[in-house]
Amino acid sequence: MSNHDHQTEPPSEVELKVKALESLLVEKGLVDPAALDELIDRYENRVGPRNGAQVVARAWVDPKFKAWLNEDATAAIASLGFTGRQGEHMKVVENTPHIHNLVVCTLCSCYPWPVLGLPPVWYKSAPYRARAVMDPRTVLEEFGTKLGADVEIKVWDSTSEMRYLVLPEQPPRTEGWSAEELEPLVTRNSMIGVEKALTPDNT
Amino acid sequence: MNSTITTSKQNTLSSSQEPVFAEPWEAQAFALAVKLSEQGLFTWSEWTTALAAEISLAKDQEEPDFGDTYYHYWLSALEKLLLEKSILDSTDIKARTEQWSRAYQTTPHGQPIELSTGIKQQII
Repeated sequence: MSNHDHQTEPPSEVELKVKALESLLVEKGLVDPAALDELIDRYENRVGPRNGAQVVARAWVDPKFKAWLNEDATAAIASLGFTGRQGEHMKVVENTPHIHNLVVCTLCSCYPWPVLGLPPVWYKSAPYRARAVMDPRTVLEEFGTKLGADVEIKVWDSTSEMRYLVLPEQPPRTEGWSAEELEPLVTRNSMIGVEKALTPDNT
Repeated sequence: MNSTITTSKQNTLSSSQEPVFAEPWEAQAFALAVKLSEQGLFTWSEWTTALAAEISLAKDQEEPDFGDTYYHYWLSALEKLLLEKSILDSTDIKARTEQWSRAYQTTPHGQPIELSTGIKQQII
């Protein structure tokens, strides 16, 4: 039996490259490994679309908060404790019976991390980046979202200067519900604008 | 571009349960860029420009880009920005990558991988 049988499988080139960059940066005192772990834990476990769902549900039940959100989304969202990288310049775009908003980042994948977490794989794909702008109606249909011909679709291109959060329409038959009851109806996809919020029948 | 976004209703629903990072190295690469920017080594705008350039390069080379290669672009952008800003040197990166490779190759399976193993190998 050769020694090779007992050795660790060499990792991929990208794994080695990350290890190289990290160890050099740590040696130079430019990053602290514990701080990196803390950051990863934050994005894996604590930041995600449930934050955005709280913002949306609150806007549905509290007209003052909704007005604040439309006027200064960054501040209104920060008041709920959701701040941080990629959340500095937020704009909320509201769906109505005649306007449906859809968010994309055509250049890379700018996305409002503090309220939605990190983007799903399809959001980062070339087909979505291109087709959300060129043919949003078909893209929405692929997500199972069919809009009437009288509904205008507005596509918002996120940048490092401005990130968008869609405020979906409050689902029918939820009048009088509390924010806590409404939150589970708010999905990540409804806040990107590829779907509508869930209705009480399809939760 | 006719390829559909892999988003049938079913995929969409299952994708909401997908892990944030597909592999640990993606998380490490992500955290490095965010931390270095927070510490002022580059602005976030410089970062998004570098990342967009990598994605655009892949597009020019007609690489299939379905979102699963995103952190490859992320890592290339990070390396280029570190070199551009003279934060790291390409010779050092190359040497260190080789040291890590040797460390893996000479560490018995199940043992923690340590860089010193790779460096010792190099000296011997």
